[in-house]
Amino acid sequence: MADLDRFRAETRAWLEANCPASMRTPMPDEEIVWGGRKPVFQHPDQKLWLDRMAAKGWTAPTWPARYGGGGLTEPEAAVLEEEMRALGCRPPLRSFGLTMLGPVLLEYGNEEQRQEHLPKIVRGEIRWCQGYSEPGAGSDLAGLQTRAVLQGEHYLVNGHKIWTSYAHYADWIFALVRTDPTVRKHDGISFLLIDMASPGVRARPIRLISGASVFCETFFENVQVPAANLVGEPNKGWTIAKRLLEHERKSIGGIGDRAKPTRTPESVAKELAGEADGRIADPVLRDAVARFNIDNAAFQLTRRRAQEMAEAGEPPGPLSAMFKYYGTELNKRRYELMVGAAGTEGLGWEGEDFDPAALKTTREWLRSKANSIEGGTSEVQLNIIAKRVLGLPD
Amino acid sequence: MALTLSADARMVRDTAMDFFREKSPVTELRRLRDTNDADGFSRRLWREMAELGWTGFLVPEEHGGSGFGMVGLAQVMEAAGRTLAASPLLGTALIGASALDLAGNAEQKDAHLPGLVAGETVFALALEEGPHHAPHRIATAARQEDGGWVLSGEKRFVLDGHVADVLIVAARTSGAATDRAGVTLFLAPGDAPGVACTRSIMADSRNAARIRFDAVRLGPEAVLGRVDAGADVLEAVLDRARAGLAAEMLGSAEECFERTVQYLKDRRQFGVPIGSFQALKHRAARMFCELETTRSAVLAANAALDARANDAAALVSLAKAKANETLHLVGNEGVQMHGGIGMTDEHEIGFFMKRARVAEATFGTAAFHRDRYAALNGY
Repeated sequence: MADLDRFRAETRAWLEANCPASMRTPMPDEEIVWGGRKPVFQHPDQKLWLDRMAAKGWTAPTWPARYGGGGLTEPEAAVLEEEMRALGCRPPLRSFGLTMLGPVLLEYGNEEQRQEHLPKIVRGEIRWCQGYSEPGAGSDLAGLQTRAVLQGEHYLVNGHKIWTSYAHYADWIFALVRTDPTVRKHDGISFLLIDMASPGVRARPIRLISGASVFCETFFENVQVPAANLVGEPNKGWTIAKRLLEHERKSIGGIGDRAKPTRTPESVAKELAGEADGRIADPVLRDAVARFNIDNAAFQLTRRRAQEMAEAGEPPGPLSAMFKYYGTELNKRRYELMVGAAGTEGLGWEGEDFDPAALKTTREWLRSKANSIEGGTSEVQLNIIAKRVLGLPD
Repeated sequence: MALTLSADARMVRDTAMDFFREKSPVTELRRLRDTNDADGFSRRLWREMAELGWTGFLVPEEHGGSGFGMVGLAQVMEAAGRTLAASPLLGTALIGASALDLAGNAEQKDAHLPGLVAGETVFALALEEGPHHAPHRIATAARQEDGGWVLSGEKRFVLDGHVADVLIVAARTSGAATDRAGVTLFLAPGDAPGVACTRSIMADSRNAARIRFDAVRLGPEAVLGRVDAGADVLEAVLDRARAGLAAEMLGSAEECFERTVQYLKDRRQFGVPIGSFQALKHRAARMFCELETTRSAVLAANAALDARANDAAALVSLAKAKANETLHLVGNEGVQMHGGIGMTDEHEIGFFMKRARVAEATFGTAAFHRDRYAALNGY
């Protein structure tokens, strides 16, 4: 415990000395640093902050130091997170390499793959995207058809991925490909790393009900991929795929808890539906807002409880299975409440007639509908809980 | 404020789970009901609970307790909820102990706490006057006379009222019928002249009573806390009661849910276990999520009370609102998913639904606590 206290003091001192003041302000979505071969920084402090954190390996605090990570224990990483939150430090880097690919490379990748990819993820030098879904393989992901045929030292890849977020900005993609079409569908899938700069790869953005989006379709036309880029054993990719989905769900479950939002259901309700004696005037709306805030608070407490259990070395048990489902359903409720409380002011699409914050909420409300579809639909999540946690029969 | 249990709290939990499973299964509540047991609980088991130290968890060491706190007592409440055990835990170990600890003077503590800790004195809070929880809607009046007090009015839904040795009575000493100010708490002997008690047989087979106070004379030493300022004490006492009750409800909900999931695995129709049907699976999975979030809320509320945290009151309303909704859901689904057998008195699942509704109405429905939560959070 004394060690942890010392670590906390040192960490705080280092953060205070090294985190630029401008990086201790709430971060709007458009200022998220994603890294990559051609990184975008709106401000030199963003780069400075990323470089300082990456040099300590603190963009990936628990990864081993030999791969560029921080080499911290889970309790130390929790301390770092707490201290960063206490000082209001922005996350220096957001990336699918950190949240999704890295953890599975640590578990399933070979030494060369780890040496090659992990340090670049830590430093934000390569931006990754995820090639999972296909037009014909959504919830039934294992039905994917993108083919990879081994020809000597290379796989020849042909197929069509969809919902590949940020593929148009990404440098590399981790993709599920079919390497054996003759066996049971789960047994013929491999996990392949593909450089997006390879000839034959093309990404095209998709327009959503909420307008322009970060989602893409990605096409592979006779793309040559070195056989060494296959992670794990050939045809054993489904196990890796599922593990990566667990990491993805963990990061989506936390969707509602970024910086403290300036617009909340209660603030919108007071402003646009009326306030009386400091309260939301409409008792029905007020009750709905309280109901949402209570469920949300209980969910945040549950995430904290799981975290504390992990830090205490207790098995989190079945707890984490609910995060993706519950977190995304709550986020949808939040936006339904805000849009409903704003009346027609909450239904503007664009233009000068509307408050820009309200317009943003409208788009986010529409975008939130995908939360319970992407990364495993709510229905699939409930199936998983019923089967794995409750042991209900197929 | 930790959301994991200390080793000591875990030990209490294990002991309590074993205790109630062995000594007070649901069949014991059925026995109390079917034999029209005069006490409505087992005095023998209550003394055993006292010997285990549970009555003293909220009593400081200098008065014979351990001061172990709410998180520890919540483990006992949760275990009691698992088997729907009827006992004076809520009225005495939680409410009686809290009221004396928070507002009692030295004489009152010396007079009452030893008996409370020993499991010899049963307490009851005489508060409600209408069918809905309304802590400040108090018409029962106490007026000063000859240096003492004269108490008149009627209380209903007094938990353990008919077996109480000591009544904690909320009475109006000034102000209008719904004012927060002007409420005073009194300690009155359950058998004082002018106290008329009628037992209320509730759907959950647990103790409650209607009590009439007909010019009941009390000495000046009967005042608990300060005259006219009882609402603050009452609020603090009620918050402990709500947090403890929420823990009991969590235990009942967990047990009801586990029994229902087991039934989904065992019961076969159309040649397969009914738990293989997605319509039931998804409802079961949703209940699992609600139980987990409720567990976090209950733990947070009890820990916040122990830590005297600023947001303790809001966390208590959060916990009681969640416990109400979750036990309501799980109780209803328990009966529905058990089908016809769930409608029979012979099966135990219906006991959980009946207990659910009474516990929900006790010390505030979900709507009451949502209103309070919103007010405490400034909207």
